[in-house]
Amino acid sequence: MSIASDPAAPAASPPSRPARGGARTLAVTSGKGGVGKTFVTANLAAALAAQGQKVLVLDADLGLANLDVVLNLHPKLTLHDVFTEKATLEQAILPAPGGFSVLLAGSGMVEYSRLTPEVRDKLLHIIDLVKPRFDWVLLDTGAGISDVVLYAISLATDVLVVATPEPTSLTDAYATIKVLATQQERRHVGLVVNQANRVGEGKLICGQLQQVLQRFVGPQPGQTFRLELFAEVKADPAVKQAVLKRQLMLEHYPGCDAAQAIRALASKLLG
Amino acid sequence: MEAAARLTRNHNPPIRPACRLPLEQRLPAPHLIDAEALVLDQALQLLQQAGALLPDEVPYSAAWLQGVLDALCDLSSKDALTGLVNRRSFEMALAREVDRVARSGEAALLLVLDIDHFKAVNDTHGHGAGDHVIRAVAGAIAQTVRPMDLVARVGGEEFSIILPNCATHVGLAVAERVRERVSELSIEISSGQMLSVTVSIGGAFAPQWVRSSPLLWTERADRQLYRAKAEGRNRACLEPQIDSLVSAEEKGMLFASLNSDLQQDKP
Repeated sequence: MSIASDPAAPAASPPSRPARGGARTLAVTSGKGGVGKTFVTANLAAALAAQGQKVLVLDADLGLANLDVVLNLHPKLTLHDVFTEKATLEQAILPAPGGFSVLLAGSGMVEYSRLTPEVRDKLLHIIDLVKPRFDWVLLDTGAGISDVVLYAISLATDVLVVATPEPTSLTDAYATIKVLATQQERRHVGLVVNQANRVGEGKLICGQLQQVLQRFVGPQPGQTFRLELFAEVKADPAVKQAVLKRQLMLEHYPGCDAAQAIRALASKLLG
Repeated sequence: MEAAARLTRNHNPPIRPACRLPLEQRLPAPHLIDAEALVLDQALQLLQQAGALLPDEVPYSAAWLQGVLDALCDLSSKDALTGLVNRRSFEMALAREVDRVARSGEAALLLVLDIDHFKAVNDTHGHGAGDHVIRAVAGAIAQTVRPMDLVARVGGEEFSIILPNCATHVGLAVAERVRERVSELSIEISSGQMLSVTVSIGGAFAPQWVRSSPLLWTERADRQLYRAKAEGRNRACLEPQIDSLVSAEEKGMLFASLNSDLQQDKP
């Protein structure tokens, strides 16, 4: 299967403006928590916005949402209010620093952290509602491979898995990709290696993951699975600073290596 | 090409046409039908040949026509030899089950069965004997599963079973029970001549929460059937349930070259 004929391959799709059929949906997930998933999502959203895209980040980490923490936002209205019909979608979609929009989960969402038919219908409905209004909808999923996380990913056309070179992160990223390839029958997943220690480490890790996947997950007849390295974000003191100050790295440290890597990721997604 | 498109597009299910007519079209419109003018000879002949009971109502009354249509529907959904559901209605049921699983998140199992060395039965004992065997196997399968399960004859000696709401940990036991039941059969293929057959079974659970496609689901079950055949027949193979656990072997391979690479890096 050539890349061009695979609708699941983000790199092959044309830039999505005007987005026919609505925004491109991209789930960002990681397996292990604390590897910079929300950091990558928020900065990627800013980088896409800087290239003229209308971007919405949806906090799909219903149980332990922390997009508001990363962005230092104190929302009055959240996804929870939309779920409980206390607010309209328009009211709950907020502008974020970096020129994109966010729909935050809010802390009241714990009751929705279990995947009931109600939660599924509501998430599906909300994504259907926001898709026509944006070029990109980024789904910041929770950590782990819970049914909520897998469901959120299933709503997206493309997936990015964020991992660090740490063994536990790699193992969890591998497990996540394995489930996506088998249970969700994905053919293509993008990889972001965050906190890389040196140049080339991302490529090495991606190759290794692909090799183990090839051996234990496929290849199955007529199917190819491709893990593609989408970005290598090197460990950067500026990242630590931005995270501690709860600032958007792209705005406050635009010249650092990590910011350049995220901008390159946005360009790659835009094709 | 279409199959390839469906393989990768399963996240955007096609919009299916509504299965009911709009209300205004369902209202009785007697002036539209002249029942007496309908030519039903062929349909009635077909039903008679199939041994279907014709409706008792006054011929060409609305109730009678309804009865004829129901009988035709029944006929077109059944396999003539076994009385099981045929391939066409099986495919419809499978598509429904995919939708249902995507919504309910319930585990559902698809089993595909194939009579082992069936060609040898036909070649050695004749096609009449083959038909006996197929009927006997069909009966055994139907008696082994729950009433809610759908058993279909989808090809010559191939059967499929849809088991809705089937817990993942009992999947293999269910498949084994069917396999055993068939292997215990003693089928009389001609007076006094008995024959035993076995089946190979492949199975896969529908991916929960995710809208898959009937095609992908069938392919996964078929793959397990090939495995059962390759491993010596008369056995049941189910697709291993997805677990997030990463085996020691996988971890070993995952870190093998990364570790050695790090070693090389050291001064």
